[in-house]
Amino acid sequence: MAHKDDKHHDHHEHHHRHDHGSELSEMQIRVRALETILTEKGYVDPATLDAIIEAYETRIGPHNGARVVAKAWVDPDFKRALLEDGTKAVGTLGHVSRVGDHLVVVENTPKRHNMVVCTLCSCYPWEMLGLPPVWYKSAPYRSRAVKDPRGVLKDFGVTLPADTEIRVWDSTAETRYLVLPMRPAGTEDWSEERLAQLVTRDSMIGTGLPKSPDQVR
Amino acid sequence: MDGIHDMGGMDGFGPVVPEPNEPVFHAPWEGRVLAMNRAMGAAGAWNIDMSRASRENLPPEVYLTSSYYKRWLLGMENLAVARGLVDRDELAAGRALRPGKPLKRGRLAPADVARVLVRGAFGRPTNTAAKFKIGDRVRARNIHPRTHTRLPRYVRGRVGVVELVHGCHVFPDTVALDQGENPQWLYTVVFEARELWGDDADPTLRVSVDAFEPYLEPA
Repeated sequence: MAHKDDKHHDHHEHHHRHDHGSELSEMQIRVRALETILTEKGYVDPATLDAIIEAYETRIGPHNGARVVAKAWVDPDFKRALLEDGTKAVGTLGHVSRVGDHLVVVENTPKRHNMVVCTLCSCYPWEMLGLPPVWYKSAPYRSRAVKDPRGVLKDFGVTLPADTEIRVWDSTAETRYLVLPMRPAGTEDWSEERLAQLVTRDSMIGTGLPKSPDQVR
Repeated sequence: MDGIHDMGGMDGFGPVVPEPNEPVFHAPWEGRVLAMNRAMGAAGAWNIDMSRASRENLPPEVYLTSSYYKRWLLGMENLAVARGLVDRDELAAGRALRPGKPLKRGRLAPADVARVLVRGAFGRPTNTAAKFKIGDRVRARNIHPRTHTRLPRYVRGRVGVVELVHGCHVFPDTVALDQGENPQWLYTVVFEARELWGDDADPTLRVSVDAFEPYLEPA
């Protein structure tokens, strides 16, 4: 019943909400129907759903990962521990969200650039970065990241030296990968808090680089 | 399964288009879908691989023309029916027509939400010796199961090198079928781009997948 208009929609369905209001309200109705059924059957509590949504909208986002990266930039012992066992090292930071098992942190160097993808769906370190952006889950990224990562980087406005090794990590199991980007030059005397402002979400996926010092106060 | 979801290496999907200042959800219903799926999983209605399989089993034309959370909704409807938790006539009616069935862990309470916000542990005690060690050359098997698997097509038949050994993990191929966790050794296997994409491949590129031991053979 729901598919008659599908051919007019790509994965950016939400961009067309003004032109295709009927589709969106059809989704609203269909989702509400499922929630009603699951609630009436005693499977879910709407207040629980509210709490999950609230957490992802307000508390769980790339600021968590940014603090981990900034800490690694200023604390060599923490960095070593982080690269050795990401989950364990992040667990020692009381102020950052708890993180599940199997977090693997991979380090960018002048010789090597890391990029993370899930070609099969959308595996992503939620606790460090929040929910993945639409592009990460999209066919263009999933198809090309493992074959033409330099082309993908160009889509993000990033060009790397021709001899930089590109290492792509396809998250095909329950391991989760976080890129530790290189600390920008000219930040030698910066505090951890200030450094965290340079760490973008995309720099921790590997499709971007940290901001340069002149991009923040 | 050799499904449309297995996209690595396909051409023709166009450029990646990042959205500046992207909101967490583009419409409130997306959040409801995500939360329902998490809450049902936490209650023991299904596991993450059943959930993935439900989306992979959508018809390719539906998969490609549906937004991410629409795929989640369609998969979840099918999965709830397949698990015997909801009936088709209820989906059509938009309300429950029969009482619910007991769930393995019971309904997730608002006070217990914190526990679903942290990923579950998929590692399991190792009860066998690992067949491979770091540095070993391995070939990804040329397998084509009709059911859920996590070995992408683009590495099948290709030779790579074991780079990391992660211990034993829950095996998606069996847990998706509700046939038990069947823990297997998990490895990160790295491939030269030329091995995957031929002589024209980017010579600076290497790609890894995380592969369970049954996906691999010595090379």
